Amino acid sequence: MLRFDRLDLRQGAFRLTADLTIAKGDRVTVMGPSGAGKSTLLAAIGGFFAPASGAIVWDGHAIDGLPPGQRPVSTIFQDNNLFPHLTLFQNTAMGVRPSGRASAAETAQIHEALEAVGLSGMGARKPATLSGGQQSRAALARMLVQARPIVLLDEPFSALGPALRAEMIGLVTALCDRTEATLLMVSHDPGDALLLGGDLMLVAESVVHPPEEAAGALAAPGPALAAYLGPTRPG
Amino acid sequence: MVARAGPVTALRPLGFSAAALVLVLIGGSVVAVLVRAEGGFSLAPQDWAALRFTVLQAALSALCSVVLAVPVARALARRRFAGRGVLVTLMGAPFILPVIVAVLGLVMVFGRAGWVSDLLGVFGIAPLNIYGLKGVVLAHVFFNLPLATRLILQGWLAIPAERFRLAASLGAGPRDIARLLERPMLRAVLPGTVMVIFLICTTSFAVALALGGGPRATTVELAIYQAFRFDFDLGRAAVLALLQLALSAVAAMVALWVAVPSDASGGLDRTVERWDATRTGLRVMDTGLIVLAALFLLLPLLAIALRGLPQIAALDAAVWAAAWRSLWVAGVSVIVTLALALPLALTIADLRARPRVARGVEIVVYLAVATSPLVIGTGLFLLIFPFADPVALALPVTALVNGVMALPFALRAMVPAATETEARFGRLAASLGLTGTARLRLLTLPRLRRSLGFSAALAAALSLGDLGVITLFADPGEATLPLLLYRLMAGYQMDAAAGVALLLLALSLGVFWLLDRGGRVDAEV
Repeated sequence: MLRFDRLDLRQGAFRLTADLTIAKGDRVTVMGPSGAGKSTLLAAIGGFFAPASGAIVWDGHAIDGLPPGQRPVSTIFQDNNLFPHLTLFQNTAMGVRPSGRASAAETAQIHEALEAVGLSGMGARKPATLSGGQQSRAALARMLVQARPIVLLDEPFSALGPALRAEMIGLVTALCDRTEATLLMVSHDPGDALLLGGDLMLVAESVVHPPEEAAGALAAPGPALAAYLGPTRPG
Repeated sequence: MVARAGPVTALRPLGFSAAALVLVLIGGSVVAVLVRAEGGFSLAPQDWAALRFTVLQAALSALCSVVLAVPVARALARRRFAGRGVLVTLMGAPFILPVIVAVLGLVMVFGRAGWVSDLLGVFGIAPLNIYGLKGVVLAHVFFNLPLATRLILQGWLAIPAERFRLAASLGAGPRDIARLLERPMLRAVLPGTVMVIFLICTTSFAVALALGGGPRATTVELAIYQAFRFDFDLGRAAVLALLQLALSAVAAMVALWVAVPSDASGGLDRTVERWDATRTGLRVMDTGLIVLAALFLLLPLLAIALRGLPQIAALDAAVWAAAWRSLWVAGVSVIVTLALALPLALTIADLRARPRVARGVEIVVYLAVATSPLVIGTGLFLLIFPFADPVALALPVTALVNGVMALPFALRAMVPAATETEARFGRLAASLGLTGTARLRLLTLPRLRRSLGFSAALAAALSLGDLGVITLFADPGEATLPLLLYRLMAGYQMDAAAGVALLLLALSLGVFWLLDRGGRVDAEV
């Protein structure tokens, strides 16, 4: 399980605290107003932002001190998820080993991952020749071969249209089921939370609220969530 | 940032070492000069004359370039015509043009037996004299008019198009536009432009060597050379080197104080829609200005091509040997430049979190390199002299100094590329654990390829055309191509000189194109 142990993130006047637990294999949508600290929370888990105090604990081990590449985490960022000068195969291969060198078995595994995200036969292409959706798929293929127990998605699909976004969330769900990964996805859209199923975690008023079951929380929101959602609600 | 494990961090000591190396090289030569000049710092009347001439020609060159550049830039800013883009690009070319080649071209057009003198002769007017102050200023204007034009053109294009539209809707004529929009822009841009050109011209050596000389047209740099080659008076050369150092330092400080514009390579291909400049008179004037500027830049090169082409087949073995030496020196220069610039650029990009340190490293390198090559050459000569024969080391020393001199330009291209790579892909690389040589191979080098290619191209072209340090050291049998060309010119062997000049021109442009293209081909954005 992933535990935030009296975690305190600060930067200038900004402050965010978290003290909660996310069970292994959970799928959590992280929502909240802009500037509340959703991305900062993910950055802290990924190793890009040092907490002022407290700890991030995975399976009983604090991971705070580890460099980003050695954490049990794969991150998919909002943009720049692929190296534009490398082919899809090379980009995916970096999930196996940063040097990009792969054995025969690993090569097969990479091809299989590309197939799983619907990019079979496109390994030799470069990112610029792909559509936005295909680029997202390629990043997911790398996540699949990385096979890390925690997956962080920082609004990676925000530039895609609604139908494509739904398709991507479906794909992410399927992939995480397969790797049994714990998933945290930042999104602004309550619809995304319903699509992902699982829990909803609100980041607002300098606090990360404990996750609640998404459909229930959205149907009967507490005051903080209601303030974020505003008068119009889905359904 | 919790942990920024990357080769960039590992490269930091390398970057600082590179900066230290540059400092030691430059500082060591300066100290050698200081020691040699010890106690004997007194300036003879001819030294004062050299200082006066240096300042005078630099000031005249800067003023003439800028005064001529303003109308040309205005014409380019408000006219659209076929070939405009080519012309603007061409105005960036003098930078990589070997100085001595351009000087020969100018002599062929504006010299006593040149095209213009021939034309004047038809009307019974005495031929022109290109030697002395006039010639030095003419050559400097040839090199710096394009630079000034590009810098001022940038100023024009930086005025938002909406303001011209607004002025037009209010019925403003050319005079109103000049008062409202153009003069304020020029007031901001011109001082820096004048200063840059003044600075460049104070360290000009090759032009003064070829067109100056004598008691009335000797720059400080030329005086250093003369003290060296003619009198072998190392003490006096050292004193003159100190004088040059002081001059450069003062000029550089003023330049740091005045905001100096930098020449952006892109974005000059658009024009401003102008509703006030449609009158026939203005059109004719602008067309005339553009044609004149183009002729001024192209005729000297055309003269060399026309006269040199028949000579190419007749070039002897000595010329090809010199060409080979020049290419060899340029190759080493490129390696020196890249070996220093890459760790420096990565370190500066990596120090973003500490911008003061980064800026400090950058300024140290820039200032060190602002020292004139001839001063460094003098210092190195003094350092080597007690231990080895400097003449035997002429080519390696030239390559080393040329490589270091290209460093600021390489950094200017590579630092933004390295910073952008770090900003866009730093997190992704860190999250994938991409470190060490794998990061260099898979991320850094591919992302920096264009700027690496451009830097290599620039370093090669500058080194190929360099006629500076080599003149202090070289013995007659070991000349580079520019030195050989200078000797042919000094001996009035104009046909042979034209052939060599054409070869040198072709080599410089060809190598620049090849290396720059190497960085572009198949490079992803």
